[in-house]
Amino acid sequence: MATTQSYYVPAQSKWPIIATVGLGATLAGVASILVEGSQGESTTGAWVTFFIGAMIMAYMLFGWFGSVIRESRSGLYSQQMDRSFRWGMSWFIFSEVMFFAAFFGALFYARNFAVPWLGGAGDRGSSHILWENFQATWPLLNNPDPDTFPAPEGIIEPWHLPLVNTILLVSSSVTVTIAHHALKNDHRTKIKLWLAATIVLALGFVFLQADEYIYAYTELNLTLRSGIYGSTFFILTGFHGAHVILGTLMLSIMLIRIHKGHFDPEKHFGFEAASWYWHFVDVVWLGLFVFVYVL
Amino acid sequence: MSAVIDTHTEDHHHGPAKGIMRWILTTNHKDIGTMYLVFSFTMFLLGGTMAMVIRAELFQPGLQLVVPAFFNQMTTMHGLIMVFGAVMPAFVGLANWMIPMMVGAPDMALPRMNNWSFWLLPAAFTMLLSTLFMKGGAPNFGWTFYAPLSTTYGPPSTTYFIFAIHMMGISSIMGAINVIATILNLRAPGMTLMKMPLFVWTWLITAFLLIAVMPVLAGVVTMMLMDINFGTSFFNAAGGGDPVMFQHVFWFFGHPEVYIMILPAFGAVSHIIPAFARKRLFGYASMVYAVGAIAMLSFVVWAHHMFTVGIPVAGELFFMYATMLIAVPTGVKVFNWVATMFRGSMTFEAPMLFAVAFVILFTIGGFSGLMLAIAPADFQYQDTYFVVAHFHYVLVPGAIFGIFASAYFWLPKWTGHMYDETLAKTHFWLSFIGMNLAFFPMHFLGLAGMPRRIPDYALQFADFNMISSIGAFMFGATQLLFLFIVIKCVRGGEKAPAKPWEGAEGLEWTLPSPPPYHSFTTPPEVK
Amino acid sequence: MHVHVKRAMSLSGAGLMPTQALADWTINMPPGVTGTSNEIFNLHMTIFWICVVIGIVVFGVMFWSIFAHRKSRGHKPAHFHEHTFVEILWTIVPLIILVVMAIPATATLIDMYDTAKSDINIKVTGYQWKWRYDYVDEKFGYFSNLSTPQEQIDNLAPKGEHYLREVDQPLVVPVGKKIRLLLTANDVIHSWWVPEFGLKKDAIPGFVNEAWTRVDKPGIYRGQCTELCGQGHAFMPVVVKAVPEADYNTWVAEQKAAAEKERELTSKDWTMDELMARGKKKYETTCAACHQVDGGGMPPTFPALNGSKVATGPVDGHLHRVVYGVQGTAMQAFGKQLSEVDIAAIVTYERNAWGNKTGDMVTPKQVLDYKKQSSK
Ligand code: HEA
Ligand code: HEA
Ligand code: HEC
Ligand code: CUA
Ligand SMILES: [Cu+2]
Repeated sequence: MATTQSYYVPAQSKWPIIATVGLGATLAGVASILVEGSQGESTTGAWVTFFIGAMIMAYMLFGWFGSVIRESRSGLYSQQMDRSFRWGMSWFIFSEVMFFAAFFGALFYARNFAVPWLGGAGDRGSSHILWENFQATWPLLNNPDPDTFPAPEGIIEPWHLPLVNTILLVSSSVTVTIAHHALKNDHRTKIKLWLAATIVLALGFVFLQADEYIYAYTELNLTLRSGIYGSTFFILTGFHGAHVILGTLMLSIMLIRIHKGHFDPEKHFGFEAASWYWHFVDVVWLGLFVFVYVL
Repeated sequence: MSAVIDTHTEDHHHGPAKGIMRWILTTNHKDIGTMYLVFSFTMFLLGGTMAMVIRAELFQPGLQLVVPAFFNQMTTMHGLIMVFGAVMPAFVGLANWMIPMMVGAPDMALPRMNNWSFWLLPAAFTMLLSTLFMKGGAPNFGWTFYAPLSTTYGPPSTTYFIFAIHMMGISSIMGAINVIATILNLRAPGMTLMKMPLFVWTWLITAFLLIAVMPVLAGVVTMMLMDINFGTSFFNAAGGGDPVMFQHVFWFFGHPEVYIMILPAFGAVSHIIPAFARKRLFGYASMVYAVGAIAMLSFVVWAHHMFTVGIPVAGELFFMYATMLIAVPTGVKVFNWVATMFRGSMTFEAPMLFAVAFVILFTIGGFSGLMLAIAPADFQYQDTYFVVAHFHYVLVPGAIFGIFASAYFWLPKWTGHMYDETLAKTHFWLSFIGMNLAFFPMHFLGLAGMPRRIPDYALQFADFNMISSIGAFMFGATQLLFLFIVIKCVRGGEKAPAKPWEGAEGLEWTLPSPPPYHSFTTPPEVK
Repeated sequence: MHVHVKRAMSLSGAGLMPTQALADWTINMPPGVTGTSNEIFNLHMTIFWICVVIGIVVFGVMFWSIFAHRKSRGHKPAHFHEHTFVEILWTIVPLIILVVMAIPATATLIDMYDTAKSDINIKVTGYQWKWRYDYVDEKFGYFSNLSTPQEQIDNLAPKGEHYLREVDQPLVVPVGKKIRLLLTANDVIHSWWVPEFGLKKDAIPGFVNEAWTRVDKPGIYRGQCTELCGQGHAFMPVVVKAVPEADYNTWVAEQKAAAEKERELTSKDWTMDELMARGKKKYETTCAACHQVDGGGMPPTFPALNGSKVATGPVDGHLHRVVYGVQGTAMQAFGKQLSEVDIAAIVTYERNAWGNKTGDMVTPKQVLDYKKQSSK
C-alpha cells in the first residue's frame, strides 16, 4: 500500500529505443553470422551488424544506468521507488530461476526417462530395437549413434576442480555478505576490502571454469557434440558461467561506486541488487554441483 | 499524502518531444498503452489476413491458391502472430492504460522499462516477419515448432525465429515485472489486496504466470538454437536426447500461456457484467480464489497436449485428472457471472453484448476443452479440427471478444468521446454470426476425421469447409468496421462524462474523460 | 443400435439445421469397428451429453435473466452478492460430475495401454511422406505411398471417391487377432491414425511407441498422418485392409514369395529399357514428392535433378547421395529403404530422363558393390 511521500515520474527517455535498436542489431547480427556461415556465405556484413549492435548496447548500458544513478544520487527516488526497484529485481531473479529450471528439467528428463528408454528399460523400452548396441548409463559414455555423436571419453571428476569452484563461490557469497554488513555499519574500507575479495574469488572461479572447459575439450572429448551428456553439461555450466561473469561485472561496478563514495548505510539498493544476484548465482551453482557433477 | 514531483533531470537537453518523438521516447503509461493497442490491432489484421489465406485455400478440396510449403508458413505465422502479436500485447495495452487508474497511481512503477517492453515488440516482429522473405521461407513447423521438424529439418530462417522469440520473451517478462511492481507497490492507501478490482487481480496473476513461463520458452528455443547451430543433441535420440523432451518443455510454457491469454479477459468481463447489470459482482472472493486455482493448476496439466506421444499410463492419468479439475474453478467463474446477471437490471450496450457472448461461447469452448481432457477420447480428437474448433472458441470469442468488450467499455474514458453505438452493435452481431459460422463447423470436421495443418483434404470434408470459409471471410471483413468505429470515436463524437456507464464502479471512473496525463497526482483514499 | 439413436440425437442436439439436409454430412465421430473405438465413442457421447445438460442449465438461467431482468422491462436490481451455500454447491457438484466421467475414462485408458499377448507384430515407420510396414515375425515389409494422381490434386482431373485417402499398398491385417504395432519414424514426428480403430499414436524418430488393435469387421479403413511433418503432411494416408484370417495367410505367403523373388532380381541381367521403365515408376512413387515428376525440384529446399551436377556427374557421387542421403536435410538415406534393383533403376532413370542424357546404365550389381566398398 502506498505511503507515498513523492513519486518520481521520469521524463521522456531515449535509452529504451536505443536499447531496442542495439538488441535488435546484435541478435540480427548473430543470427546472420550463424545462418550465412552455415550456408558458406560471407559473414562480414553480419559481423559488422553484430559489432554495431554490441557497441550500441554498451553505450546504452552506461548511459541508462548512469542516469539512474544520477537520479538516485540527487535524491529523486522515494522509498516507494526503492520498493519498486526491489520488486523488479526480485521478480527478475525469479525469471532467471525459471530459465535455469528449463535446463535442469531437460537434464532430469534425459537422465531419468529418455536415456533409460533408449537402453531398453521402462515404458518405452522397446525403443531399444532401434539402437541394439546402446547401453544406458549415466554419465553417458556411449551414444545410441556413435557415428554422429562420438561419446566423451571421460567426465569431469567432481571432487577436484568443481569442488574447489564450489568453495570459491560459497566463500564469495560469504564475503559479499560481510561487505554488505560493513556497508550497513558504514565501514568504508572494510567494504572495499571484502567486495574486492569477492571479485577476486569470482574471477578465480571463472578462470578455473575456463580451464575445465579446455580440459574437457582437449583431453576428454567432452564437447557440445558428444551427445546429451555434453549438451546438458555445457548448457548448464555455460549459462551459469555467463551469469557469473555478469554478476562479477555488477560487483565491479559496485566497487567503483563505493570508491566514488556512493551509497549510505540506509540507501544502497544498487549494492543489494548486485549481492542478491550474486547469491542467486551461487545457489544455482550448488544445484549444478550436485546434479551435474556429483550425481 | 503529497503530490508527484515532476522533476525532470534530462529536460534541459531537449524539451518534451513532439510528433513522432513523443511516442518513441514516452514514459507515459497511457501513451505506451495506446501504442500497445495499435500494435496489437495491426498484428490482428496481419494474422487475420494469413487466416484468410488459409481459409481461401481450404474453401475447396484440391490445391488452388498456395503450395503446401507456403500454406504451412501461413498456419505457423498466423498462430504465432495472433498469440504473441495480437492477444498478448492487447492485454498489456489494457493493463498499461487501466491498472494505474484502477489502483490510484500516477503511472506504472518502472516507466522507462515500460517503454522498452513495448519497443522490443516491433523489433521482434520485424525480425519474425522478415523470415517470410528469406531463402527457404518462413518457419513452417506450426506455432508449436516441434523438434525435429523445427531443428534438423527446419528452414534456415529458424535461427531468426528463435531470436525473435527471445525478444518477445524479454518484452513480456519486463512488462510483467512492471505490472507486478505497480500493483504491489503503488496502490492507493486503503486499497487492500481483497479490495482490488478484478482486472487488477487477474493481471497480477497473469504477470506471475508470464514471469514463470516465458523464461522456459526462452530456454526451449535456446536448446533448439544449440541443436541447430552447435551440434548438441537435446532433441535427437541418436545422441541420447528425445524429441518428446521438446514437447514437455514447450508445453510447460504453452499451457500456462493459454491462461495468460484468457485471465485478463476474465477480469475485464468481471467489470463489464456488473456495470451493465447494475448489480455488484457476485462472489468477489471466490472469483479471486478461482483465478489463483486456475493459475496453479495450469502448471501441472501440460501433457494434455501430448496424450498421443506415448507417455507412461500413470502420467497420462495424472495429467487427465489434473486437467479435468480446471473445469471446477472455471465453472465457479461462469456461475458467478450468471449469478451477477440474475435479478439485475440489464441493458445491452456493445460492451455488454460482447461480454455476454464471451460467457456463452467461452463456456462452449471450455466444454470442448473438457472433452479433449478425457485422454482416451483425445486419441480421436488430437490434431484434428476439433482441437482447432476448441481453441478458436476460447480464443476468438474468449480473448478477442474480451478485448472488444474492454475496448468499447473504456473507449469513452480513453478518448473522451462516446463511440457510435449503432455501428458497434452491428460490429457485434456480424462478428457473432461470422465467428460461429467459421468455427462451429470445425467441430464436425474434426469429429469426422479431418486433421489440422493440411492444405488439402478428402472429399467428405468439402461442405463444412466451405461454410467455415464463408463465415471466416464475414468475420474478417467485419473487423474493418471496428477500425472505422475506433477512428471515428477518437476523432470526435458526443462528449463522454467521467462515468459514462450507470452501473460502473471503480477509481478509473472518478477521473475525467479523457483522464489527465499523469493519472492520479494525489493518491485517492479507498475505504 | 443405440449408437444410431445417439447419433440422431447428437444431430438434433447440435440443432444446426434440419436433420434431413444433413443426411450425408458426417458430423460425429464414427463408432468404429474395434472394442476400443466403441468404448471411446461411448465415452465421447457421455461427456458430450453431460456438457449439453450443464449448458442447458447454465444458459437457461442466463437467458431467463436476460429476458426477465432487463432495465427496459423495469426490473430493479437486487442487492445480493454472496451466498456461501450455493458457492460451495457449485464447486462440489461439478467435482462429482468430473469423477463420474473419470471412472470409465480410466478404465478405457488402461485397456488401451495393454499391448501384452499380441498375435501379430507389425513395425510401422513414418517417412516424409509415406509409411512403411514391416511384418516383424514374417520378415517382409513394404512402403505404402499415396496413389492419388497429382493431376487430381492440381484440379486438372476430376477427383476420385477416395481422393487423398488411397495408397498403392495398404496395410493388411486379419480380423479378430490382436495386432501390436511398433511405431517409429525415420525423420520427423508423424502420427498414425485410423479413426475407425480408435487408434492414434505418434511415430517418433529414435523411439518406439506401442499400440494395439483388434479389428472385428473385414473392410477397408482409411485415415491419415496427424502430426505436422512438413509439406507432404496432407499427403500420407493410412489405409488398412482387414481380411479374414485365411485370406491373410495366403496373402502373407504371397508376400514372402515376392520378397524372395525381389532378392533374386539383383543377380538378373538388366537391360537399359527395363531399368528405365522400373526407374520411372519407382522414381515417381519415391522421389517425386520432393524432386517432382519433371525433375525440376522445388529450389532452394529441394534441388532440381534435371541438369543437376550430381545426377550428370560421376556415378559414385550420385550413388552416395541416394544411398546415404545428405545429413541434416530432408534427403534421406535410401540405401536401407530400397533394394539394390530399385536404386539401380532410379539412378539409371535420373541419369537419362528429362534433359539428363548421360547414357550411363547402373546395374544392381554395381549398387551392391558400391554399398560394400563405400561408407558415409
Ligand atoms: C484461451 C485459451 C485457452 C483456454 C482458456 C483453454 C481451456 C481449456 N483447454 Fe485448451 N487449448 C488452447 C487454448 C485454450 N484452452 C489452445 C490454443 C490449444 C491448442 C494448442 C495447439 O495444439 O496448437 C488447446 C488445446 C487443448 C488440449 C489439447 C488437445 C489436443 O491437442 O489433443 C486440451 C486437452 O486436454 C485442452 C483442454 C482445455 C481445458 C480442459 C480447458 C479448461 O480451462 C476449460 C474449462 C472451462 C469449462 C469446462 C467451461 C465452464 C465450466 C462450467 C460451466 C462448469 C461445469 C462444467 C463441467 C463440470 C463439465 N485444450
Ligand atoms: C488468438 C489467437 C487466434 C485468433 C484470433 C485466430 C483467428 C482466426 N483463425 Fe486461427 N489459429 C490460432 C490462433 C488464433 N486464430 C492458432 C494458435 C492456430 C494454430 C496454428 C498452428 O497450427 O500452428 C490457428 C490455426 C488456425 C487454423 C488452422 C490452420 C491449420 O491447421 O492449417 C484456421 C483455419 O481455418 C484458423 C482460422 C482462423 C480465422 C478464420 C480467424 C479469424 O478470427 C481471423 C479474423 C480475420 C481478420 C481479423 C482479418 C481482418 C483483415 C482483413 C479483412 C484484411 C485487412 C486488410 C489488410 C490491411 C491487409 N486458425
Ligand atoms: C523428403 C524429400 C526428398 C525425397 C523423397 C528425395 N529427396 Fe533427394 N534431395 C532432397 C533434398 C532436400 C536434397 C538437397 C540436399 C542438400 O542440401 O544437399 C536432395 C538432393 C538429392 C540429390 C543431389 C542433387 C544435387 O544437385 O545436389 C540427388 C541425386 C537426390 N536427392 C536423389 C534422390 C532420389 C534418387 C530420391 C528417391 C529415391 C530422392 N532424392 C528423394 C529431398 C528429397
Ligand atoms: Cu506424416 Cu504428417
Ligand atoms: Cu493446454
